[in-house]
Amino acid sequence: MSGAAGEPAGGAEKAAGPVIEVEGLVKRFGDFTAVDDVSFTVARGEVFGLLGSNGAGKSTIIRMLCGLMHPSGGRMRIAGIDVAAEPELVKRRIGYMTQRFSLYDDLPVEQNLRFFGGIYGLRGAQLAERQAWALGLADLAGKEKELTGSLPAGWKQRLALGCALLHRPDIVFLDEPTGGVDPVSRRRFWQLIDDQARAGVTIIVTTHYLDEAERCDRIALMHDGRLTALGTVAELKEVFAGRALLEVTCPRFIDALRHLEAADWVLEATVFGTRLHVVVADAEEGRRRIAAALTEDGNEPFGIERIVPSLEDVFIHLIESAGTRR
Amino acid sequence: MKLAKVRAIAVKEYRQAARDPLTLGMLLGLPTMMLLLYGYAVNFDVRHIRLAIEDRDKSAASRDLASAFVNSGYFDLVANLPAGSDLARLTERRGAAAILIVPESYGRDVAAGRTARVQMVLDGADANTATTVLGYAEAVAGEASVAVVRAAGASRGAGAPGGTAAAAVAAAPIDYEPRVWYNPELKTTQFLVPGLIGFILMLTAVLSTAMSVVREKERGTMEQLRVSSLSPGELLVGKTVPYLSISLAATVIILLAARILFGVVVRGSYFDLFVITFIYLVGALGFGLLVSSIADSQAMAFQIGAGTSMLPAILLSGFIFPIRSMPIAVQVITYAVPARYFLVVLRGVILKGAGLAPYGRDIAFLLAYAVAVLGLAFVRLARKEV
Repeated sequence: MSGAAGEPAGGAEKAAGPVIEVEGLVKRFGDFTAVDDVSFTVARGEVFGLLGSNGAGKSTIIRMLCGLMHPSGGRMRIAGIDVAAEPELVKRRIGYMTQRFSLYDDLPVEQNLRFFGGIYGLRGAQLAERQAWALGLADLAGKEKELTGSLPAGWKQRLALGCALLHRPDIVFLDEPTGGVDPVSRRRFWQLIDDQARAGVTIIVTTHYLDEAERCDRIALMHDGRLTALGTVAELKEVFAGRALLEVTCPRFIDALRHLEAADWVLEATVFGTRLHVVVADAEEGRRRIAAALTEDGNEPFGIERIVPSLEDVFIHLIESAGTRR
Repeated sequence: MKLAKVRAIAVKEYRQAARDPLTLGMLLGLPTMMLLLYGYAVNFDVRHIRLAIEDRDKSAASRDLASAFVNSGYFDLVANLPAGSDLARLTERRGAAAILIVPESYGRDVAAGRTARVQMVLDGADANTATTVLGYAEAVAGEASVAVVRAAGASRGAGAPGGTAAAAVAAAPIDYEPRVWYNPELKTTQFLVPGLIGFILMLTAVLSTAMSVVREKERGTMEQLRVSSLSPGELLVGKTVPYLSISLAATVIILLAARILFGVVVRGSYFDLFVITFIYLVGALGFGLLVSSIADSQAMAFQIGAGTSMLPAILLSGFIFPIRSMPIAVQVITYAVPARYFLVVLRGVILKGAGLAPYGRDIAFLLAYAVAVLGLAFVRLARKEV
């Protein structure tokens, strides 16, 4: 559907080396530090996820990278260009799509495309070609005259992505692009993101959906403005190497949580729905000790299973071990 | 600055305006409605003043004086009062706005060539009207006294030649004949229309640009524009051009309406009118952009925009209150009100048919204002952070 037309114009240049370099990035608002000494690099064609809860500093990083905000400290380079020194040069190479799908609701689909193409300097046949391409990408062919505001959220989201890609940017920033969109549309949207990445476009996406994070090549986990972990999903799950994650079901899980949290041989205990996830050093010994401890309490467990940690386990583990700074 | 980008914004603004009947209505319809309201409601002309006369003299001379008042066209005789009437009751009930009291000695004094005194009682509750009525009454009385003296001189001149005739000429007051140029009937609408144009254009121009930018802030599209490679200059021009042309169209509508409804004819050249309106509008639109850089919501933009454009354009521009009669401190503030200069030039072009040459200073001030607000708006828009 998207095809080769989606390939960025500047595809020929240095494929090696990171496209985005962030070093010691800091953003303070008065006394509040929103982004605290964050460093990472992103390679060309990579789908890089910034994961974290609301207020973790994800959007602030994106906004600084797009030149919408000045950092309080640190360096950012995009395609080798210093963002602080040459924001205009950077702007020509990036696409940006926000959580609010910043389109003009009071204009028809085609006029939104024409406008966003126009402000990037596209004209004539070139504009017509890109417009047709974006309509195809958003699967909105035949709906050019429809008012953007009347489209369902999932369609608007694809149109917004189309608008952000009109000028063939090398790098696309997506700030919580799938907020408020149904699961089917989300899946479809991620298919488009994958297509773009395969065509060589570098994608930086923020999300707090863990299933979306699993689709990223690498994830940076943000908590309280700090980067608490960075790596592929498999790498992040490595934090459980040398330990075992046990899922415990028992009659009174809150009592069990209190009991196990107090035990020194339990590394971590968390509630997942009505079950407990307990981290121990050794699976067999842990299973035996949990059974004994809970049975003693008259809270005999229904089951204790060793499970493969999900990203959510990793996320919670990392957040808890990072602690709260304030 | 790339023309294609400016055009992309301008086209988008036109399309948005065309799809938004409320905005377009405000820009094109509101001016005419305001002209109607203000043109008919704000009227300082005083006619049909209810006059009561207490004629204690009842002589031919006193009847002449009474008919002079009625024939002037300003006064309607509502009552002939007997001597000793309760005048206070009459004015309290608003039975009469003016009471003329002619004393018993009036006829005798006139006949004897002595100064004859009459009294005028006015209802001062509405001070504006009372002042105007007083002016009319003085004029009527003055005319009547000239007539009396002339009549006396003529009759005496016929009876006794030589010295007495000369004395009669000397006794006649100065032949005072005021002539008002450009607006000979001193019609307030003639005078108000230029002021209305100044105020209406200021209001609509400031609000239209301010609201259009703040709406983009509210919807988040402003951020999208900032991330694009659009320069602040391109945004500034792209936002100004559409509203400039719409406001110019509104000016044409106002002028047409003023001509049809109030008979206000542009005596000067339309080109001069266009030039001065253009400069004024650029300043007003620039001010709207400046307001948009301060306000974060449309409600706030409306309040700031309306407050800072409408009130000065009405109160401090000389539209209704003459600047010279303001306290010095307020007069100083009026120098920063562009409507003040615009009004002077506009009155010159519309009423006097003057060219722009005599108004170099006012035009220079308007240009300076436009450059200053656009410069400030540019600086504020060029800031990296929202």
